[in-house]
Amino acid sequence: MKALDKLLGGQQNLIGIMLLAVLILVVFPLTLDAFRLNMVGKYLTYAFVAVGLVLCWGYGGILSLGQGVFFGVGGYCMAMFLKLEASDPQSTKIQSTPGIPDFMDWNQITELPWLWQPFHSFTFTVFAVIAVPVLLAFIIGIALFKRRVGDVYFSIVTQAIALILTVLIVGQQGLTGGVNGITDLKTLLGWDLRTDSAKMILYFISAGLLFGCIFIGRFILASKLGRLLMAMRDKEERVRFSGYDVASFKIFVFCVAAAFSAIGGAMFALQVGFMSPSFVGIVPSIEMVIFAAVGGRMSLLGAVYGALLVNYGKTYFSESFPELWLYLMGGLFIAVVMYFPNGLAGLWDSHGRQALAKLLRRKPAPKAEIAPVTPKAETKILETQP
Amino acid sequence: MEPRLIRSKPLLALSLLAAALFSQGVLADNEGLAVTATEVTVGQLHSATGTMAISETGSIQAERLAIEQINASGGILGRQIKVVQEDGASDWPTFAEKAKKLLVNDKVAAVFGCWTSASRKAVLPIFEKENGLLYYPTFYEGLEQSKNVIYTGQEATQQILASLDWIAKTKGAKTFYLVGSDYIWPRTSMKIARKHIENVLHGTVVGEDYYPLGNTQFGSLINKVKLKKPDVVFAAVVGGSNVAFYKQLNAAGVNSSKQTLLTLSVTEDELLGIGGENMAGFYASMKYFQSLDNPNNKAFVEAFKAKYGKDAVIGDVTQAAYLGPWLWKAAVEKAGSFDVDKVVAASPGIELKTAPEGYVKVHENHHLWSKSRIGEVLPNGQFKVIYESDLIEPNPFPKGYQ
Amino acid sequence: MEWLSEFGAIAAMQGFNGLSVFCVLLLMALGLAIIFGQMGVINMAHGEFLTIGAYTTYVCSSLTAHFAPSFQPYYFFFAIALSFLVAGAVGWLVEWAMISRLYKRPLDTLLATWGLSLVMQQTFRSVFGAREVSAEPPAWLMGSVNFTDAIEIPRNGLFMMGLTLLLTATIFLMLYRSRWGLQVRATVQNRLMSRAVGINTRKVDRMTFALGCGVAGVAGAAFTTIGSTGPTAGSQYIVDTFLVVVFGGAQSLFGTIASAFLIAQTQSLSEFFLSGSMAKVLTLSSVILILMLRPQGLFSIKVRK
Repeated sequence: MKALDKLLGGQQNLIGIMLLAVLILVVFPLTLDAFRLNMVGKYLTYAFVAVGLVLCWGYGGILSLGQGVFFGVGGYCMAMFLKLEASDPQSTKIQSTPGIPDFMDWNQITELPWLWQPFHSFTFTVFAVIAVPVLLAFIIGIALFKRRVGDVYFSIVTQAIALILTVLIVGQQGLTGGVNGITDLKTLLGWDLRTDSAKMILYFISAGLLFGCIFIGRFILASKLGRLLMAMRDKEERVRFSGYDVASFKIFVFCVAAAFSAIGGAMFALQVGFMSPSFVGIVPSIEMVIFAAVGGRMSLLGAVYGALLVNYGKTYFSESFPELWLYLMGGLFIAVVMYFPNGLAGLWDSHGRQALAKLLRRKPAPKAEIAPVTPKAETKILETQP
Repeated sequence: MEPRLIRSKPLLALSLLAAALFSQGVLADNEGLAVTATEVTVGQLHSATGTMAISETGSIQAERLAIEQINASGGILGRQIKVVQEDGASDWPTFAEKAKKLLVNDKVAAVFGCWTSASRKAVLPIFEKENGLLYYPTFYEGLEQSKNVIYTGQEATQQILASLDWIAKTKGAKTFYLVGSDYIWPRTSMKIARKHIENVLHGTVVGEDYYPLGNTQFGSLINKVKLKKPDVVFAAVVGGSNVAFYKQLNAAGVNSSKQTLLTLSVTEDELLGIGGENMAGFYASMKYFQSLDNPNNKAFVEAFKAKYGKDAVIGDVTQAAYLGPWLWKAAVEKAGSFDVDKVVAASPGIELKTAPEGYVKVHENHHLWSKSRIGEVLPNGQFKVIYESDLIEPNPFPKGYQ
Repeated sequence: MEWLSEFGAIAAMQGFNGLSVFCVLLLMALGLAIIFGQMGVINMAHGEFLTIGAYTTYVCSSLTAHFAPSFQPYYFFFAIALSFLVAGAVGWLVEWAMISRLYKRPLDTLLATWGLSLVMQQTFRSVFGAREVSAEPPAWLMGSVNFTDAIEIPRNGLFMMGLTLLLTATIFLMLYRSRWGLQVRATVQNRLMSRAVGINTRKVDRMTFALGCGVAGVAGAAFTTIGSTGPTAGSQYIVDTFLVVVFGGAQSLFGTIASAFLIAQTQSLSEFFLSGSMAKVLTLSSVILILMLRPQGLFSIKVRK
């Protein structure tokens, strides 16, 4: 019972999770038509990335500007499987080599490359969706954290990695579909993904997996590891002096964030029906950070709200006021960073909770997570003192 | 209840319904489409924002102009065209999303839209599943043919083969250097060009290079060109790279007095950014140039400038986008219905004698018969048309070039 | 033998190309080296300050062509100076309104300035239109200088080289030989102590940021001769620029110069032998690999922590 309580993070957080669950699992499916619901499903796949970012950025202090890489790799793994299923010899018989994906045929590839071979198996694909990005994150993590590459440097290096991967994917178009990406995905093990009912089911699977990720995140944060992460973020040297291997913890949380992003990417490929390098690069990666920042970098649930809200805003404003959209997005971001560093969740903690408590004539509950607003800075100033 | 009554009830309802339908002028086979007695709704799906807005603005304007002109001349089958414009925001999933919205929620009878191959590939499955109709304006790599798409731009062989033949003949070119941005259209185009150069023209390709989209440094490439001294540089560089490429070529002294260059990717739109003086004397292969001298084009250019200002320029894709609504009108009128299947069935063989580019005809494979033209860049940002081919049959899956 | 001399000519031109890529990288990176290296501010909108310079030059060019065509050969100098002032002034405003509140949160400046870059891009689009524009460079900048029959060196490359030299020297002098430079370096090393000895760190920060932005504006003006001017033109340079500064060792101006040189030569050479895309991948990967081995960059100043 205690473990469960720990997992849920007390009564306050239980209510929070319930509210979100009701919103995603009941309110949206009942009020939105199939088209809009599918869009919310797409937003939810971004929420996976945002939840991962809360762990590694909000709590771990590791700002990765390359989460799109993991989202993309996860998505590509899934898309490769779906593409192979869509390119059976029957439906590709007009090609010069039937049975391989259409873009390979256009690039004079006459045999399925070895990299694609294992993706005939669904089991392998599910494994690869998580394993490949985690392995990638592990390598990046080992290389950068063990060498104690600083936080800012880490951000810039991850950004460069996002750029490299984009250029590679675009350049190797016989293998990856190039700029167009892997398109026209139809069925999953014979199940037509393009029908409304399939989209509905995928929506619920996405939501379920997302809650799974939130629970894992909660569990990590509630454990000793979570405390250590926060300690590291605030005073890395002291944690190191206390005998902890700081790099290993950082690598771990970075890998977890990568795995979450990859699941999001795979669900994205399933719901949207294609995968392209435009989700791998620098811009989408930074946008994903925005979701986490707007929702609240210290709140797993806030990140989900952030992803939903920013994306809804993007769709709404780009439909109604396309000219204004970038102003709003940029302005929102500046405002959030400057005035509400803890995002929506921070606002809720400072104002919403009290208002609600007043409404319910109860005493305001103590804050669940105490978030230092400017941890890094103070350390910096202290550190530079001779 | 008497059995007679039961039978007659549905009958009565049916006849009432039919009467209502016919009195409103809604044909039964337009069901599922947003067609009323006075109006038919179409969609427009381009990037009005984001990086592709640079290129797609011209298409949006041209389609609007065509639709306005059609409305002014009485519309289609007695109905005015109403446009629902959606912004793809240079983002491919957004294109897919908006395509679905247009087809499912707005039930549009046709969509004029897309620019890049990536956006077309993203919406294609949706158009095929929802049985929509897309008019796609850009010259592109070919290798595609869909029941639900009419391609109003040239496919790769139309744009490439005639121009290579011309340059081999008039310039005696034997050696070629192929340069492109790194994505599917330049790569496919260069592949076709290479086969044609090697197998038909019996020339040689002395170099082939691809640069990432957005690349801005072409110094090394220019040196390679200087080293290899090809008779012709054959270029398909796009976007911001285009500007850097030609400015640096010119600065390095590679100009038309020393080097013949033929490009597939520079229209009047791109010349605005590059500056005509940086490219003067180079050649571009297109099916349309703003300076084309024929009455159709004069009227088109005049109308375009009257609507969008006297400084507006019209490139190849803009003109192809302008054809979309007119081709659709012709097909709808031939079919006597807005029903997608009937319009598609009526499309092959549709002729447009009023096209600014002269004359086009829809082929069985949904591409257009069109002429290829070579324009020489003038310092003022326009082209001088110096060669015009015969009408070329579209061939999206060219045998021997794959 | 003819082949050999030709080879020599190509080698010379290729070497020059490496140098001009070096100048481009250094021009981009100088402003950032001041802002990021000295102040620790991660300015993701740096590319947009470049764009400000480019558009300023474009406006100068069109005004000249319209009102004073005879001034055309000289307008470029004026445009460069004006670009410096405009970009610097915008930088000053941005520092005042935004950056000054975020010095304590370096990662947050990254996010906030990214928001700023979106707003600036859309502003360019609203004001100048989405299409690319072209500033007409003066005639004397176009074409090339022929040293021999085979060796042709582009004039704008030479001009860029001169400009880079001048700018670098000026910044060097300002940072290491002026009172202001002393104050900047003192502030970087110890903000509290500097304040204690009477340096107005607020003012120093603002001037430094404005200077960095102004330098970006100059780079933008110079780039109109070799590249495109559009709303998103500047953002194409941003990742390369950051890598140059980080690779050099953030706080060392000399490191920035050395790293720009190394990256430029690698890029230029590999482009000669490989396809452009693979050259890019190769260059970026080697930079990252070396960064993993030397996380502090090539030249790092030992700062007491």
